[in-house]
Amino acid sequence: MSGSTATARQADGSGARLSSSSLSRWLLGGEWRAHPVRALVAIAAIALGVGLGFAIDLINGAAYTEFSAAVRSLSGQSDLQVRGAQPTFDESLFPKLVALPDVALASPVLEVDALVEGQRSPLKIIGMDVFRAARISPDLIGVPQGEKPFDLLADDALFLSPAAMTWLKVAAGDTVRLQVGTDTVGLRVAGGLVRARAGQRIGVMDLGAAQWRLGRLGQLSWIDLQLARGIDRAVFRRNLPARLAAPIVVTGIADQESRTDNMSRAYRVNLNVLALVALFTGAFLVFSTQALSVIRRRPQLALLRVIGVTRGQLLRQILLEGGLLGVAGAVLGLAGGYGIAATALHFFGGDLGGGYFPGVQPSVQFAPVSALIFFLLGTVIAVLGSLAPAWEAAHAPLAPALKSGSEDASLTRLGRAWPGLACLALGAVLTQAPPVANLPIFGYIAVALILIGGIALMPRLAALVFAGLARCWPARLGGALPMLSLGRLANAPNQASIALGGVLSSFSLMVAMAIMVSSFRVSVDDWLQHLLSADLYVRSAASGETGSLSPAQQQAIAALPGVQRADFLRSSLLSLDAAQPPVAIVARAVDIDDPAKALPLTEAVLTRDALRQGLQDGNALPAWISEAMVDLYRWSPGQTVQLAIGGRPHRFLIAGVWRDYARQSGAIQLRLADYQALTNDHQINDVALRLAPSVTPAQAIAALRRLPFGAVLAFAEPGDIRAISLKVFDRSFAVTYLLELVAIVIGLFGVAATFSAQTLARAREFGMLRHIGVTRRQILGLLAAEGGMLTAIGILAGFTIGFCISLILVFIVNPQSFHWTMQLHVPWLGLGTVAALLLASSAVTALVSGRVAVSGSALRAVREDW
Amino acid sequence: MLELRKLNKGYANGRQVLADLDYVLEAGEFVAVMGDSGVGKSTLLNLIAGLDTADSGAILIDGVDIAGLSDEAATRLRRSHFGFVFQAFHVLPHLSLLQNVSLPLLLNAAPLERAQTMLEAVGLGTRSHDFPRQLSGGEMQRVAIARALVHRPRLVLADEPTGNLDPETAHEVLLLLRAELKASGASALMVTHSQAAAAMADRTVILSRDGLHPAPSA
Repeated sequence: MSGSTATARQADGSGARLSSSSLSRWLLGGEWRAHPVRALVAIAAIALGVGLGFAIDLINGAAYTEFSAAVRSLSGQSDLQVRGAQPTFDESLFPKLVALPDVALASPVLEVDALVEGQRSPLKIIGMDVFRAARISPDLIGVPQGEKPFDLLADDALFLSPAAMTWLKVAAGDTVRLQVGTDTVGLRVAGGLVRARAGQRIGVMDLGAAQWRLGRLGQLSWIDLQLARGIDRAVFRRNLPARLAAPIVVTGIADQESRTDNMSRAYRVNLNVLALVALFTGAFLVFSTQALSVIRRRPQLALLRVIGVTRGQLLRQILLEGGLLGVAGAVLGLAGGYGIAATALHFFGGDLGGGYFPGVQPSVQFAPVSALIFFLLGTVIAVLGSLAPAWEAAHAPLAPALKSGSEDASLTRLGRAWPGLACLALGAVLTQAPPVANLPIFGYIAVALILIGGIALMPRLAALVFAGLARCWPARLGGALPMLSLGRLANAPNQASIALGGVLSSFSLMVAMAIMVSSFRVSVDDWLQHLLSADLYVRSAASGETGSLSPAQQQAIAALPGVQRADFLRSSLLSLDAAQPPVAIVARAVDIDDPAKALPLTEAVLTRDALRQGLQDGNALPAWISEAMVDLYRWSPGQTVQLAIGGRPHRFLIAGVWRDYARQSGAIQLRLADYQALTNDHQINDVALRLAPSVTPAQAIAALRRLPFGAVLAFAEPGDIRAISLKVFDRSFAVTYLLELVAIVIGLFGVAATFSAQTLARAREFGMLRHIGVTRRQILGLLAAEGGMLTAIGILAGFTIGFCISLILVFIVNPQSFHWTMQLHVPWLGLGTVAALLLASSAVTALVSGRVAVSGSALRAVREDW
Repeated sequence: MLELRKLNKGYANGRQVLADLDYVLEAGEFVAVMGDSGVGKSTLLNLIAGLDTADSGAILIDGVDIAGLSDEAATRLRRSHFGFVFQAFHVLPHLSLLQNVSLPLLLNAAPLERAQTMLEAVGLGTRSHDFPRQLSGGEMQRVAIARALVHRPRLVLADEPTGNLDPETAHEVLLLLRAELKASGASALMVTHSQAAAAMADRTVILSRDGLHPAPSA
């Protein structure tokens, strides 16, 4: 070999790297020039997936950041906050805190969401001691008009943030009317605030005035603390409840952020995962594009190997092709995602339907870390999509690969059953894993594995089904076309399975999402029907915390002619964990012998005898908890817990678990009489009225309106509440529907691209068929039949896989994310319609692709090498 | 230059195609290999090129046995020492003629100027920026010959290079191949069924079940 050329000696030098890059460029440029549409479709699919994911992340991030900042702004520069277990506590705690030598400054605060006359949403009013608050929350201090500095202490003065003034359409000097109980209180707008966040709707007034005017005499919401120098914050915080001998909750800034995070995290993560589904279908499109491209170029790639391109170089080349599609898609996706986020935040605010971030006006901020993650996701997923085709191309035996006709053999590795079965088995095992940080991480992985496993089994399924069909095709029906189409599908199952995989991925995801949403909707509807068993519902105020009905007013309602029965309800909040959002306390009449009459109970309920015995033995009161309490606090029926109701801890026996789709942070139902006895709070918020058969809801409303306090009451019939609730449900799933639609469209793009590529690659076969007398119309019929049969099998397999995924979504992902269970419901009609549309569109796609393939000359089609 | 020693190759179905094959190809020699269909002519070329592996025996290129080379080393050997001409041309459809011919130079990190020279030598110098779809079969085979010789290989392996061409074009292509082989000093093994094609070689050997033998004189 001593006589080898000079060129060979240079082969490993820097020149080789330069030349390799030129070769890469040539091969890439050649391929993309020849098939620009395929490359663009793959880029668009990745861009769409990355764009949607990035946009949702930016929107949720902006809303979350702004909401957290707004919550944080209320705490100012405090070291710690002292709160009661319930929304307010007795102000007698304040002097005890002031007296502690560890405390440098204590600032008492009352926070009330008050209903403003003529508005549906409440206004957050902060009552503060202006002299103390000036050192902790200086931004929240009111700015009085020129000659009225004492307005800061006036009992009728309210200082509003700019967003609140704009919302209420008021200026300094105007009056804002608030509903307190069933009365109206007028407050004068005395000026603005030193500083408030954009979109933050708050009003600030003197603490004493707020307590008096808003009916909260002697009550505080929290006390901001600044500690003396040298005091260990953690030790102080740990010891304070014992030092004060009171059921207080001491929180820091981190706890507030944790509460906001816990409240919305599952929703945010679920939306992001849904956006990633679109990216996954995009990855499948890259896979099918690359796989078909590699099959088509099999002899060319083999030639490159023959003339000296190494396995590694070829592998890198094909991965580079996929990677560049991913890079282009990811960059476009990031730009598009930023644009979508900016537009959505500008026009619709930060709420994507979940309602987790009320009253903030976030603006989009470029998030470099998030951008990098989505860029890498888009790129890596495209490279992964190219991995199997690249591996096959680099390891194909060269001599056979140089000859045409071995295309299906190139995908033999795809036909192995064990990787698919392993994915399915691992997915099934992971469904049994617990949540991680209250998120169904393993559930998501199980969904991905089952989908990948299903796709991986498609070649085997295609071979089995079509070989069976080919064998069973009745000879008397004869015909060359069935023989041709079934013969191809049965004997080239690997190529067929690529198209099949596209149908399966889009249809199975559609089936899974449709079953999950439908199950949820039907469950919510059933739940509403169970809950809304009265004829008419009356509320003391449409929203906020200030509306309530006194015992006399309750009696007046109950005594109205035509009212057979009035069930009163008092709702409040209780903080059990500083880092978790508070749980709802709902007090209403519950029959201890038949709680199911009032509550939508699950099967986890104590028997009547066990409950009575437990109450007697434990000297406790009964409480029924929502499913979220079981997940979040690990409570269970039969357990006795301590709840700080009315400022003191009391023992409660968990009597059962009920289904609550309204509060994912948890809720506890108590008997109204127990609650009133413990708290001495006899006000109520809501009334459920059962009317005499002869009285219509309209007549009852008219009678209620005639009561002295009737003007402020809000009324709703069960049908209205149900309709509004389902409208809210649909709105909260609107983004879900959109993302699902995008995933399906990308999936269909994949099917179209796959059919198109396969059909065009068979131009030579069609040329030959036309030589031997097959008409164009017959070839088109052949293609439509192949497309239809493939799609039909894909739909059946997609339904099976989708149904399995829906079981994970319904019974694992939802309970682990939102802490509620639901019943399974399959929307057969909708799924059948989509299946029929998919079948038709696939056949049409195959036909359209076929028209292009048979449009050229039959002579030209059979020629080699062009 | 090339020496085959006791080369054996059988297929998975049990059929033995090459049995104890011995042969020596001298440097600069152009040899045609003929034989019945299925006797193993293409298999022989594949073994020499390292595209397939022998069951036993040795293939020596300049005294070095290539049977033990790794895939990477065999690829590098093909890259620098071998040129290939196929019946089906195997010209990359999305690269221009100049790019197609430049491929071996690029892989060997050699200056690209010789690609244009080779295109001119095969009569396609004015069409270097055309694409394969614009060529006839004979022209595509000329491009393949230019590509096979552009990096001055030691051995050219040609598998039915005129199998897809009409007799007149085949004759022109073979004249060109012979001229370029002689100009470059490369050795060549050409598998063919065509007596006319074989006549262009320095000598012809027949592959049969009992080995390679010189063809009887016409």
